[in-house]
Amino acid sequence: MYDIKALYEAESVEDAIRLLQEHPQAQIIAGGSDVLVQIREGKRAGVELVSIYGIDALRGVCYDEEGAIRIGSLTSFSHIAADPIIREQIPVLGEAVSLVGGPQIRNIGTIGGNTCNGVTSADSASTLFAWDAIVELTGPEGIRHLPIREFYIKAGVVDLKPAEVQTAILIPKSSYEGYFGNYIKYAMREAMDIANLGCSVNVALSEDRKVIRDARIAYGVAGPVPMRTPSAEALAKGQELSEETIGKVARAVLQDIHPRDSWRAAKAFREHIAVEIAKRALRQSILLGGGVIRE
Amino acid sequence: MSKQYKLIRCRINGKEREAMIDVRASLTDLLRNDFRLTSVKKGCEVGECGACNVLINGECFNSCIYLAIWADGKDILTLEGLEGPDGELSDIQQAFIDEAAVQCGFCTPGAIMSAVEILNEGRELSDEEIRIRMSGHLCRCTGYENIFRAVKKTMLARLAAAEKNK
Amino acid sequence: MYAGQSVKRVDAFDKVTGRTKYTDDLCDRKAYIARVLHSTIANGKVLRIDTSEAEKVPGVVKIVTCFDLKEKHYYPTAGHPWSTDPSHQDVADRLMLTERVRFYGDDIAAVVAEDEVAAAQALHLIRVDYEEYPFVLDVQKAMEDGAPQLHEAYPNNILKHTQIRLGDYEKAIQEPGLIKVEGWYETPVVQHCHIENFICYAEMEGNRITVVSSTQIPHIVRRVVGQALGIEWGRVRIVKPYLGGGFGNKQDILYEPLCAWLSMLTGGHLVKLDVPREETFVCTRTRHSIRNHIISWVRPDGTYAARKLEAFSDQGAYASHGHSICAKGAGAFPQLYPCKNVEVDAYTVFTNKSVAGAMRGYGIPQAMWAVESHTEDVVAALGDDPLAFRRRNLMPKGYVDGFSKNELYEDSFNQCLDKAMAAIDYERKYKEYQNQTGDVRRGIGMAVFWYNTAVWPISLESSSCRMVLNQDGSFQLQVAETEIGQGADTAFAQMAADVVGVPLEKVHVVSCQDTDITPFGTGAYASRQTYVAGFSIRQTGLLLKERILDYAHELTRMPVFNLDIKNGNIVRITDGRVLMSLGELATQALYSLSDSRHITAESTYQIKSNAYSFGCTIAEVEVDIPMCKTKLLNVVNCHDAGKLINPALAEAQVHGGMSMGIGFGLSEKLIYDEKTGRPLNNNLLDYKLSTFLDHPRLMAEFVQNPEPTSAFGTKSLGEPPACSVAPAIRNAIYHATGVGVNNAPADAHNLFRAFTQAGLIHDER
Repeated sequence: MYDIKALYEAESVEDAIRLLQEHPQAQIIAGGSDVLVQIREGKRAGVELVSIYGIDALRGVCYDEEGAIRIGSLTSFSHIAADPIIREQIPVLGEAVSLVGGPQIRNIGTIGGNTCNGVTSADSASTLFAWDAIVELTGPEGIRHLPIREFYIKAGVVDLKPAEVQTAILIPKSSYEGYFGNYIKYAMREAMDIANLGCSVNVALSEDRKVIRDARIAYGVAGPVPMRTPSAEALAKGQELSEETIGKVARAVLQDIHPRDSWRAAKAFREHIAVEIAKRALRQSILLGGGVIRE
Repeated sequence: MSKQYKLIRCRINGKEREAMIDVRASLTDLLRNDFRLTSVKKGCEVGECGACNVLINGECFNSCIYLAIWADGKDILTLEGLEGPDGELSDIQQAFIDEAAVQCGFCTPGAIMSAVEILNEGRELSDEEIRIRMSGHLCRCTGYENIFRAVKKTMLARLAAAEKNK
Repeated sequence: MYAGQSVKRVDAFDKVTGRTKYTDDLCDRKAYIARVLHSTIANGKVLRIDTSEAEKVPGVVKIVTCFDLKEKHYYPTAGHPWSTDPSHQDVADRLMLTERVRFYGDDIAAVVAEDEVAAAQALHLIRVDYEEYPFVLDVQKAMEDGAPQLHEAYPNNILKHTQIRLGDYEKAIQEPGLIKVEGWYETPVVQHCHIENFICYAEMEGNRITVVSSTQIPHIVRRVVGQALGIEWGRVRIVKPYLGGGFGNKQDILYEPLCAWLSMLTGGHLVKLDVPREETFVCTRTRHSIRNHIISWVRPDGTYAARKLEAFSDQGAYASHGHSICAKGAGAFPQLYPCKNVEVDAYTVFTNKSVAGAMRGYGIPQAMWAVESHTEDVVAALGDDPLAFRRRNLMPKGYVDGFSKNELYEDSFNQCLDKAMAAIDYERKYKEYQNQTGDVRRGIGMAVFWYNTAVWPISLESSSCRMVLNQDGSFQLQVAETEIGQGADTAFAQMAADVVGVPLEKVHVVSCQDTDITPFGTGAYASRQTYVAGFSIRQTGLLLKERILDYAHELTRMPVFNLDIKNGNIVRITDGRVLMSLGELATQALYSLSDSRHITAESTYQIKSNAYSFGCTIAEVEVDIPMCKTKLLNVVNCHDAGKLINPALAEAQVHGGMSMGIGFGLSEKLIYDEKTGRPLNNNLLDYKLSTFLDHPRLMAEFVQNPEPTSAFGTKSLGEPPACSVAPAIRNAIYHATGVGVNNAPADAHNLFRAFTQAGLIHDER
């Protein structure tokens, strides 16, 4: 039994917005795998909740008219991983969300919840950062779109205005076409774990597959919110495929990231791992793109 | 503030059920308290151990972090729903007995329900896939070894039976 | 014969159908819910507790604080048999609620409410003022002069210090040409993590209190509840249903006294105390973290001249099982690798951490981590071979321990090593993995373990058994040894069926124990259930058989010595003729108008023996050096546990112990904030219990040398599988990389430090 003061169930997005306007203190619950745990911990005890879990319109993956991949915010991790569009166009996202918790968590956990809770360790988030995902927010004023990097404000805080609901995540065609990606979750266990560090890399190669045309490198747990590595990415552009390039780019991420010392992992250790997993994710992305890496 | 209730209708282990429930209840509370389905175990109450796992519309969920109100309209299966009409065991239950996959028995109901989800797919999973699909269950008695054997054995037996019936 | 056969568990059907009732499943829904308020400082004194806001929460029935405890009955919590000699009694240092708090999580107040939400809300509203004292978390710092003192009676926080002195160590180390090998080896605080948390509920009937508890030791709990409440022990009734695991944590008195008290304070109402996972980690018991310092003096020919061990065992805040755990490991040290000159100093020391108690292995996993890690260091220093060194120095066949009188009757170590090596293809892999280079390397390592069965001659060993014959020739079997998931009931049924001569299904084991009904015994611990129950089952079975045959003689006029019971029938030995079924006899016996008898048997057997139970682990790993990760590729345990009563269940138990050993070696540790003493990872996400994906296939092998002291040739198997896995993994990592990780677990954090120090990984900047 949870310490919930009141609970309102929304049947549609409009309904949810109305309920949130009527109950300004209320918080949104999607799958609940974070919210309910926090209620039990006492952090959110006595809350009012608006449940959006029943809004089936927010589930599923499709293309929008511009060819962007549109992922309904309530789509569960397991459904994302199994979705044919995801598997064809951005399999790395399916792989990343398949590393969340365990199978039951992946059935209840939603990509919207994973991003709206604003935590840096979310396994989907660094990959969405790498893909330059766009967040669709629906509120009383209508719909607005926000690059995911702007959606995250600080640890645990996202740009969700009063009575606003995250309704979809979009991956623009220009982001995914020609790109290949790899995500490495670094954790202490092979399942049921939270990342000590996560690195998601996308690479687009030149037509002759000899040069990195573009690289996008994103991290979780390398700072208070998920982040990209502009210095390393700039360095990668136009470089030939070689182990030397990979090493150089991977080391450059240290100019961009700032992991902290915590009981979960020491800063020096996280920095060491950050470089190592960048190397491996870069290497794997290049190989997926058909590149040949010079020793 | 007065307590808030909701009438829900759902299928539990094949039977249509109705219950007036406190909106604060988890599905674990509903199943254990209202329907006395005590195979649904509480081991952590935060979705980390898998002891309360049940099938909802064919998918596995930790019922401890699933609000009971969401069960409205759903088809729920717990361990108690696996036996045949005359109390005969299902193949996976029998396999857990035969492979000595049961020790203290506390994680067993949840683990069997994950196995049911896997087996219902009717396809052959690799050893690694079986392990991944069972990885939402913590067990301190078995080292997972005999649970793995029971699931794999049942999967292969079902596939062989399906092949024979073709 | 059923003994030796892999019959199915007697409780398996109920466990796969959800019928099995555990404590919470039995508790009526009318129960009040109790929650405990724990201190949020590591050391100090409660000055005031303000419950006024909490009292206002609707549904709150009662709030009691440490200041409400008017009569202070200090009680011990260890699940040890009581001693009538005060000098051998466990330390009585606990109160149900305490003003003087000694760890972050100590019990200071309790809320009783109509439901769990009200109880949780009230807990959050209680305000506590403390006087804070400095605290100490490190076991050796706690021994320093001037360190914060936890208990007045124990200067320098030393609960106990024991010594072993053999030969003359100081003289022996003067021998010319000796090589000195020295190291520090430490194990972390870990927790049992039974999937069923600790739970109990209590209510009164008349002037008696009944506590239904998830415990391994119902008769001991009865005594301690009586002691804690200051009431006659006969007024206490403890019921033990099925357990969702125990592993030693439930071999301690946990919250049964408090729950009983709360029921008494609410007019005898049913009160349930269901401990959340986070509190189970912190407020029940843990495994002692032990820091070991070992010095070996070795001759160039690879033999020991002298050995020395100092062990510092972190007891946490209260005595619980106390020094017994460290002492057991210390006692194993001279025996495992016999040497004429040995010095051992073992200290058990209070710190401001969670209370350490019994946990699977009882000090031996810690001792084996140290000894077997050190053995590998000795081998390296000598340039010797790990296998050859062990074969040369391990306890030989025929060894007799002077204290316990235990004898190694067979060459168990070599037999186990041979079998394990064959199973994992050790010799080929050992050669293949020598001198590797590169980022990813493989290694194979071994470790052995010492264990014994039961606690004789340290304390009482007795087992009682009752058999009650039914009209159909079946009988109920009751023993005080407890089923806690290990499969004890099945082994008991097998043994009883064999002794009496009935089909297995004719034995009904009464699994749920009740101190009003269950014959006296001290419960599940020390890997002794099959061993000790074997004696009383055999003795009582023979007694039952004698009474049955005596009645058969009355019915058949055949001489008793020509009669036997076979497969549930009375059989004439001379020609094998079945004279009648046991059911016919039992029905006659109960309802006869001329000679009615209720055929039962009950007896107690006092066990004055103990038995060695030895074995080994070999582990094969792949180490990804830059990633600081170890993947366990293969692992095998081999045990000489005597004759196995049920090989399939024995194998399953070994798997479970190995799993615990894998966590101990690679991932598990409970950590505390140095600044506040607060536990940081007391949940199943942050405490890294190994999952389905962290294990390879587990291999269990056995050498079945019948144990001559045992009623059924069997000896301990419950705890031994957890004892040698972690050091075998550590030694495999050493083989792969040349780096020895001396602080368990060999997780990524420790590997990062060790590899950095060894120059295997470099700063990337």
